[in-house]
Amino acid sequence: MSIEKFRRLVSTVVPLPIENVDTDQIIPARFLKAVERKGFGDNLFRDWRYKKDGTPNPDFVLNNPRYSGRILVAGKNFGSGSSREHAAWAVYDAGFRVVVSSFFADIFKSNVLNNGLLPVQVPDAFLSEIFQIVETDPTAQFEVDLESQTITILKAGISVNFDINPYKKECLLNGYDDIDFLISLKKEIIAFEQV
Amino acid sequence: MILEPKTLFDKIWDAHVVKQVKDGPDVLYIDRHFIHEVTSPVAFLGLEKRGMKVFRPQNTIATPDHNVPTIDQHLPIKEELSRVQVETLKQNCAKNGIELYSLDHKYHGIVHIIGPELGITQPGMTIVCGDSHTSTHGAFGSIAFGIGTSEVEMVFASQCILQPKPKKMRINVEGKLHKDVTAKDIALYVISKISTSGGTGHFIEFAGSAIRSLTMEGRMTLCNMSIECGARGGMIAPDEATFEYIKGREFAPKGEEWNKKLALWKQLKSDDNAVFDAEYQFDASDIEPMITYGTNPGMGVGVSGNIPTGENLTGSDRITFDKSLEYMGFKPGEKIKGKKVDYVFIGSCTNGRIEDFRLFANFVKGKKKADSVIAWIVPGSKKVEQQIREEGLAEIFEAAGFALRQPGCSACLAMNDDKIPEGKYSVSTSNRNFEGRQGPGARTMLASPLMAAAAAITGVVSDPREI
Ligand code: SF4
Repeated sequence: MSIEKFRRLVSTVVPLPIENVDTDQIIPARFLKAVERKGFGDNLFRDWRYKKDGTPNPDFVLNNPRYSGRILVAGKNFGSGSSREHAAWAVYDAGFRVVVSSFFADIFKSNVLNNGLLPVQVPDAFLSEIFQIVETDPTAQFEVDLESQTITILKAGISVNFDINPYKKECLLNGYDDIDFLISLKKEIIAFEQV
Repeated sequence: MILEPKTLFDKIWDAHVVKQVKDGPDVLYIDRHFIHEVTSPVAFLGLEKRGMKVFRPQNTIATPDHNVPTIDQHLPIKEELSRVQVETLKQNCAKNGIELYSLDHKYHGIVHIIGPELGITQPGMTIVCGDSHTSTHGAFGSIAFGIGTSEVEMVFASQCILQPKPKKMRINVEGKLHKDVTAKDIALYVISKISTSGGTGHFIEFAGSAIRSLTMEGRMTLCNMSIECGARGGMIAPDEATFEYIKGREFAPKGEEWNKKLALWKQLKSDDNAVFDAEYQFDASDIEPMITYGTNPGMGVGVSGNIPTGENLTGSDRITFDKSLEYMGFKPGEKIKGKKVDYVFIGSCTNGRIEDFRLFANFVKGKKKADSVIAWIVPGSKKVEQQIREEGLAEIFEAAGFALRQPGCSACLAMNDDKIPEGKYSVSTSNRNFEGRQGPGARTMLASPLMAAAAAITGVVSDPREI
């Protein structure tokens, strides 16, 4: 089994300039009742995205036709709160492949990486720059290149590097799955248990 | 040879590393794996797709807790999706030979309550669960942390997970706590000081005389909340209180085995010169009963204090602050005391243990619940429920106008019917006050069982020391 490979992406972005977006906002608990991993994208940011009567809230960015793309850009400390991987599934299922923020919560970060989604952590100033640029020009294109670990605002020609664990980078570039890797270590694990 | 001084965290972690991946995470062996109905089904499905069974079912313990009803538990669960999840857990456990404490079992309860109370949680262990509040078990001097569903599948498949080693932080709380200041208040105080991301990337060791003075249940409350400052988990070095608590419990070591284990557990502490990546000092006497006014657990104030004005905030910090107060229907600079309360929830893996109910009962004894308040009293487990009855607390509750419900996560995350209605105010002993956490539009104020009791009696946010 494997995860989706990721190498390079050029796309417009969807801006969400809110801080501390917690996993209850990404996907509220009442939508965690599936026993299969599908359909979570429809409930991404559910309570912000839809009004109480279930109709789309035109003020929310995902319902704003000006914005589209496969890169989600959010305010700092994105994904805090629960360990629910449903949050990562919802973001992925809604079509995103990259999430950009100036800070990610730990569990969320490892969850997205395990699902072929790339978390790109950028400096606060760069994040503000992105928000400003897309505010005036929602069609602005961004490039995310995993090999060189850079994100570039193509229009402005400015880029920054981002960090990623070298092992996780290999996994994403090649679509490797952690579970396969662990299964391959069975002998060593059994030996460890015996001491 | 001089050995480098190590932290408690290092000692336990290093003893569980099966292999170090070059430039990558460690392969960490897991001693205990707790599972529940919400984050396990997709992992079981993944395992099945690989044609595999759970590798070490004897190290896995299951309980349905997140979406179970808290009344009429003997009846089939009405809501279909919840029923399917609980049913699926049962089937998956049967297929894989995993011990399941289902609703009718005498050990049933919230996963982080039953592990310690049955003596399954022990010092020096590595413990994981697909639930962020797994940090609770760190109170015993174990490394315990929440994981995602992919990681649950890793543990199913190999009893290991791949984890980069986190950084280490020590939080020292020295001195004597004032009367009516509880472990929950320490937690809310610390988070209000270091923020909800202050601990990110770190594992916390709590130390200092105020921490030592806490009971095991208080320590669990504190470690439970450690995740709310962004940390992977929190831990406290085991001591006599720890050993005393474990001794004699169902799954605790017995006889010769006990003596062997005890000798090992006594060595579990950070070396004197161990170095932490970050360290904080707090004075216990600065802490008063705390309550939150906003939509993350870092937005807390002492009960006699005011909601901050937010004056010094700029940019997105200001936007986030304003948005939060707007959601709560509060104004900057207002007093928190006297705010109207519609609901009171006492329970959850943070404050759903017997001491919490004793504290609550002791306060409400001989008083009457405010008519305007709806209160949900939800024990963390069957055993806690039984104790509440045996100690006569149930009668005290009843006389004061409160009804006891059955164990489960309940209004902590409102996956069952226990939802706070839109716009209503709840004083809750749980751990998260995020928008909609207790139901769409619910407004949550986090506090200790004592603060919850005071609110339930007066119908407004009150200082328990003044009643
Ligand atoms: S009580 Fe709340 S925090 Fe604890 S396990 Fe249940 S849902 Fe999670």
